[in-house]
Amino acid sequence: MARQRRRVLPGFGISLGYALTYLGLIVLLPLAALVWKASALDVDGWLRLLSAPRTLAALKLSFGGALIAALFNAVAGLLVAWVLVRYRFPGRRLIDALVDLPFALPTAVAGIALTAIYAPNGWLGQYLLPLGIKIAYAPAGVLVAMIFVGFPYVVRTLQPVLETLDRDVEEAAESLGATRLQTFVRVIVPALLPTLLTGFALALARAVGEYGSVIFIAGNIPLRSEIAPLLIVQKLEQFDYAGAAALGTVMLGFSLLLLVAIALLQRWSGRWAERGA
Amino acid sequence: MSGQHASRPLSWRHRLLRGTLIALVMALMAVLVLLPLAAVFIEALSKGAAAFMDVLAQPETVSAIKLTLLVAVLAVPSNLVFGVAAAWAMTRFEFRGKALLGAFIDLPFSVSPVVAGLVYVLLFGAQGWFGPWLTDHGVTIIFAVPGLVLATVFITLPFVARELISLMQAQGSEEEEAARTLGASGWQMFFRVTLPNIRWALLYGVLLCNARAMGEFGAVSVVSGHIRGLTTTMPLEVEMRYNEYDYMGAFAVASLLGLLALLTLVVKALLEWRYGDELAARATRGH
Repeated sequence: MARQRRRVLPGFGISLGYALTYLGLIVLLPLAALVWKASALDVDGWLRLLSAPRTLAALKLSFGGALIAALFNAVAGLLVAWVLVRYRFPGRRLIDALVDLPFALPTAVAGIALTAIYAPNGWLGQYLLPLGIKIAYAPAGVLVAMIFVGFPYVVRTLQPVLETLDRDVEEAAESLGATRLQTFVRVIVPALLPTLLTGFALALARAVGEYGSVIFIAGNIPLRSEIAPLLIVQKLEQFDYAGAAALGTVMLGFSLLLLVAIALLQRWSGRWAERGA
Repeated sequence: MSGQHASRPLSWRHRLLRGTLIALVMALMAVLVLLPLAAVFIEALSKGAAAFMDVLAQPETVSAIKLTLLVAVLAVPSNLVFGVAAAWAMTRFEFRGKALLGAFIDLPFSVSPVVAGLVYVLLFGAQGWFGPWLTDHGVTIIFAVPGLVLATVFITLPFVARELISLMQAQGSEEEEAARTLGASGWQMFFRVTLPNIRWALLYGVLLCNARAMGEFGAVSVVSGHIRGLTTTMPLEVEMRYNEYDYMGAFAVASLLGLLALLTLVVKALLEWRYGDELAARATRGH
């Protein structure tokens, strides 16, 4: 019955055909060209590229920095989502709306604004420098930019789940003598874990590939504060297309891995929600 | 939620915890989000309103604004049509490989913008797959406007589709089936039933798509070639002025993009507040 009723609706062939063609031409064909170009590099070329100190340093900074930034955002995001969902206070709506600013503010604008704040003569930078803290034009600057662009993900993935979290379980735990901390660690965190990890993975994916906001504040010092996407741009400027494609393929491979991880996490959190209901 | 608070007065320890957490969040938001936003406008006006207006009137700025609008006008409707088609196919029919299609639609969100630009250089650049053919036929895509549009389309592809897929999945197809059963043609059904049901979600998706299209930097920067007056959109104009040590000019152009971001957030909040029920679940608000 359901199957027959479905067929009442028109446009299956044309809508699916158009979507597939469009997606194929805009996304899949270009990505195939990337992998094809990277395959032009032989084993020796790959080894030379991936063992170059500059490549290694850039990959380490992009992946390591993104990992630290995503961890920071997981903790900060949990805090912000918790406060926004559980407490009522003046300015709550404004803060809720402002969480999305890093999504809405173009990355180049964020980049120069963060640099103006954390440069050695900047708004905050001038007070941090005497304390021996250098943020802009150092690896710490890369972190600041990655934290900024990844900030909304954890908050926005956690909020709806927190809103539906059953408070009876928390109250039951407390009436059974659990302290607030115990309730938080043993009851709330496990229930939020799949969603928290999804938000973490989204923030990580964004930070690894981030370019615009980072290049202004990083100073781009080779071996020190140069990120992988910048290395791709430099290889392109030197007409090293195979090298650029190879590095691009490494980054694409990581994106695909994260995409699969996120899909699995979402399935996990879906199961969790069903079990809770 | 308020019932619980009313029935059980808060202990002083709970109140202390609550106050501390709220203060922490306020401090975090001030440093992380408000400070950069304030920096954009204050730096833009650091040499006075006259100097600010002067920058905006310069031909480079004007052409960057025009190009940004042109790219958005081409890229956003293109992804709007795709989004409607993809959402219709994905939410109204069953077919094999649907989950994979959904994953591919999401792909541009997790690909680095630089990689998004790079793939088009590899396809259409002088050394690319179609490079020689394009050169023979006098078509330039890379370092020209078509490349900017393509890179922007790639980056902003998921916005409308995602919003519509979540909403149309939740809405179901009963009303459309009823319209068909009562004799409506395909287009009548689409314009009288589907479109009114998804209009606010459509606007929401377009809003986010447009904000990203006008603000995209990484992908566009790779395919642009940075030719002043010809291939520099506003974010690229910001970069060029900044690298030429014209800081105030860079921030002046950046402040226009900052205003666009604020406007986007205001309209977004209005849509969520007024038409929250007709938008996809909050879970999909992520991007």
